[in-house]
Amino acid sequence: MTALAALTGHYLRVSFGNKFSLVFSALQPFLYLVLFGPLFQRSGVGSWAVLVPGLLVQLGLTSAGMAGFTIVFDQRFGVLERLRVTPVSRVTLLLGRVLRDSVVLLVQAATIIVAGYALGLRAPIAGVLGALLLITVLSVGLASLSYTAALTIRQELFAPVMSTLVVPLMLLSGALLPMSLAPAWLDVVSRLTPFRYAVEGLRALFAGSYTSPALVWGVVVSLAFAVLGVTLGTKRFQRENA
Amino acid sequence: MIHARGLTKTFGPVEAVRGIDLDVSPGEIVGFLGPNGAGKTTTLRMLTTLLRPTSGAATVAGADLFADPAAVRRRIGYVAQGGAFAPFSAVGEELVLQARLYGLSGEQARERVTTLLAELDLPGVEERTTVTMSGGQKRRLDIAMGLLHRPELLFLDEPTTGLDPQSRANLWDHVRRLRERDGLTVFLTTHYLEEADALCDRVLIIDHGRIVAAGTPDELKSEHGARTLDDVFLAVTGRELREGAAA
Repeated sequence: MTALAALTGHYLRVSFGNKFSLVFSALQPFLYLVLFGPLFQRSGVGSWAVLVPGLLVQLGLTSAGMAGFTIVFDQRFGVLERLRVTPVSRVTLLLGRVLRDSVVLLVQAATIIVAGYALGLRAPIAGVLGALLLITVLSVGLASLSYTAALTIRQELFAPVMSTLVVPLMLLSGALLPMSLAPAWLDVVSRLTPFRYAVEGLRALFAGSYTSPALVWGVVVSLAFAVLGVTLGTKRFQRENA
Repeated sequence: MIHARGLTKTFGPVEAVRGIDLDVSPGEIVGFLGPNGAGKTTTLRMLTTLLRPTSGAATVAGADLFADPAAVRRRIGYVAQGGAFAPFSAVGEELVLQARLYGLSGEQARERVTTLLAELDLPGVEERTTVTMSGGQKRRLDIAMGLLHRPELLFLDEPTTGLDPQSRANLWDHVRRLRERDGLTVFLTTHYLEEADALCDRVLIIDHGRIVAAGTPDELKSEHGARTLDDVFLAVTGRELREGAAA
């Protein structure tokens, strides 16, 4: 526990000391909110309460999803190896980073929601708090898988591969336009990605429908995704150990 | 302090280490020499739990390498070849984090870092980043990182490579002092054979994944009728020294 707190605290100080990356990793969803949101709102497709949950998932992808980028440097400079030679368990070494990424995402998500309110978003407080909780669960899976990818693929490929992967995953989640508008094939492909369920679960929360099947699915899929991410991440962190 | 039998490591079809036996006693400074690619770093990474041996058995600092790697990690320090600091963060913060990962409280960690930095002639560098430091200072910082938890055994992978002669001599003084004062056991690799001759109680020479010579520097020199360790090295590895020393 002490080790986890020490790691998370350290990483948080580093992250909040670097305002540039804090702003930059939330910039895309923020731009969509400000420059696309007003169009979306007038298009008749839906209100701010439909768009903002989508942007939270987009934020998850650009923020927690790209978290692995930091470990590339730690690996290059021997920092990772230095941590691995301590008696701290491998899952703690992973979770120390992941908890940081979740806190960062929470702060960014709260900022986007507040900005959304300023633009005209209306959603129940309970639903918004629930959404922050759900996006945190999702971020655990996203960050863990991001680290797994960063330690698995060639270092120089991580940034281009991940930033390219984020686009189809975001589009297929229905973050920008609800998948109810999609042709059958696209709808099917979309259902194969976990983020579709997260977006719909978040929308249910923002709509205040706390008993809808969409919310149940969103919670179940996000939890399963987090468990999968941490399991794979721990496996990867354990590799090459005696 | 180290007892290894038949350690091997294969990477796919490549046999990097082909069966190593070695014994290191408490308080010894042992030099591990060999040409590049001979298996030095692989062996070191196996003994420090960073790499799982393909086969063999080893006890390191009294703990079984396979059964209890966490106990090995608690008792050893490891200073990797490439250093342990990212160039963009304050070194004090990194050292305190590392100390806390070995179980020290925040306060204990800060005290330990201050003391250790002073001992290694780096007083008050906590707020600096490594970008502004010389090669010798960086190397001593790396060593501080490996000593935070007062290990019984310290592994140093090419600690003096790339340093100027003064910094090298200075680093050796620190290593000698640690052994004399704390009884620290040191297992190190180096390409500088005259250094190994002057500093190490014993040297092991590895080539093609096997230990090809072992003994005190004097024993090895008389055994091979050689004047210097360089000549011993050439005789047992059958390679041009330049090939090994170049990188």
